[in-house]
Amino acid sequence: MHIVVLTKPVPDPAAAAERLGPDNRLDRAASPTVVNGNDEYALEAALKLVEAHGGEVTLLTMAPPNGADTMRKALAMGATRGVLVTDPALAGSCVRSTDEVLAAALRELSFDLVFSGFDTSDGNAGVVGAAIAARLRLPYLSNAAKIEPDPAAGRVRVHRITPTGYDVLEAPMPALVVCTQVLGEPRYPSLKGIMSARSKEIVSRSLADLGLDAGAVGGAAATTEVLDSRKPPARGATTVVRGSAEEGAEAIVSLLASRRLI
Amino acid sequence: MPRFWVAGEPNADGSISKLSTEVATVARSLAAATGGEAAGIVVAPEPGRAAAELAEFLPRVVAVADPGIAGHAWSTPAAEGVAALTGADVDGDGDGDGDSYILLGAGPDGRDLAGTLAALTGLGVLANATAVRWDGRLVVEMGAFGGKLVTSSGFAGAGGIVTIRPNMVTAEPLPTPGVVEQRGPASPAANESLPRVTIVDSVAEAGAAAPIEEARVIVAGGRGVGGPDGFELVGELATELGGAVGATRAAVDSGWIPYSQQIGQTGKIVKPALYLALGISGAIQHKVGMQTAETIVAVNRDPDAPIAEFADLLVVGDLFDVGRALLVALRERTG
Repeated sequence: MHIVVLTKPVPDPAAAAERLGPDNRLDRAASPTVVNGNDEYALEAALKLVEAHGGEVTLLTMAPPNGADTMRKALAMGATRGVLVTDPALAGSCVRSTDEVLAAALRELSFDLVFSGFDTSDGNAGVVGAAIAARLRLPYLSNAAKIEPDPAAGRVRVHRITPTGYDVLEAPMPALVVCTQVLGEPRYPSLKGIMSARSKEIVSRSLADLGLDAGAVGGAAATTEVLDSRKPPARGATTVVRGSAEEGAEAIVSLLASRRLI
Repeated sequence: MPRFWVAGEPNADGSISKLSTEVATVARSLAAATGGEAAGIVVAPEPGRAAAELAEFLPRVVAVADPGIAGHAWSTPAAEGVAALTGADVDGDGDGDGDSYILLGAGPDGRDLAGTLAALTGLGVLANATAVRWDGRLVVEMGAFGGKLVTSSGFAGAGGIVTIRPNMVTAEPLPTPGVVEQRGPASPAANESLPRVTIVDSVAEAGAAAPIEEARVIVAGGRGVGGPDGFELVGELATELGGAVGATRAAVDSGWIPYSQQIGQTGKIVKPALYLALGISGAIQHKVGMQTAETIVAVNRDPDAPIAEFADLLVVGDLFDVGRALLVALRERTG
């Protein structure tokens, strides 16, 4: 079984140094970069399935050239190889451009399943997976709490989280699955994994390699633009109450009452 | 004139989602600001009830009855129905430029629908709007980097897709409900429609609660709650305050409470009127999910916990002692 996992390098949320540059695009130099947290859950799910069924995991990333460094971390978790779509024209890509480029890259690969993370910690949109599935005419199975492929039958079952529980979805493979954290905690790379990741293959693909016109995707063709950005309004000062539990409760009740919350 | 389409999301019982009524209210205000039109579309096997309910908030709602959706995942066929209707010459000036905006909720169904619609229409997407306004063009405010930054964005061309966070506005019904138009499904050739996904089974889970994204009040517990028993107190307080129960990733990973209640970087992002945090330190991964709550009250033993920096009120103490005292005080008020 061959699974492609979409991974995105994002500014490390823990470093809290994310910012936009003067062009209102992400200032990639401002912050250390990590593999998007929700993509690690997708990768973990893929690795477990390949361990159970045999096969391999390919990472697919669209990023600047140094995206390869972040990709090594995901390769160290156990992925087989990486494909890095990188092109200067891709700076400033919008959602439409991103899904078009990733779909083009996927057309060159053979796979049974494509996994994407629930969303990314920088943009938070969480719509690229659905758009790629539609472009490639793949069955789309989202919000997965459980993924059960049946390679012999060529089908996959997914538990999709709903407001009241879950739906059991079924579709033929190849298919695209949006993963959630419920699939299980990502593993830490082993020392052996880190060592072997250094020599794993990362294939680099430009827009020309994918047969895409640099004028039709990327910053030049963005469908959306950031007009301005600012820090959210600062919260007011914190009132700190120490004392008995009853005094604490009383302070909460009076605040809630004064703000008409009770 | 721009047209603002609301892609209505039906609940499992056939009613319209609360979020769709909020989105409809936003669409109406944009139509009023531009002299444009606000209209709804509900695609479902039996859209009647949801369409009628949505028409309480919109002057015109198109109900697309597509029996073929029954037994299948909703978002893909729904997106095809919405794209078929909105992709025509929607502004009616004959040039087919489609100065048309599709507005929908930023929940799990809405984001699935938005992604598929983006591919079908080629329109841009601005996701998780916290405010929208018309300023010569549609301007959409969103949080970036988990709310550390607020951005204003626009569409480069005419038209676009916007997903809107719950609780951005209060849904306001029209004085007189709008009209509902019944239609059958657009019928693309069988080989042109996107693949359907079969729903083999729907399983209800005990303890499934109202979606926390829509709750006006959230009482959330963290590691400090100590276990599933501790969440009983969290639940009692939530009930007393008319709210929902939330949790940190630590509490979810420990199996004390379902993932559906998780708030934060890998969970949900919420903006309730009141966030009562019990035994939550306020680490950045949790903070990004709740920092835009209007009022934040924290109960924590540690006065130096990070949440002390962004709560409105921090009560330093044992969450069980303070929580029980709060329950008593709230019940005394309601008598």
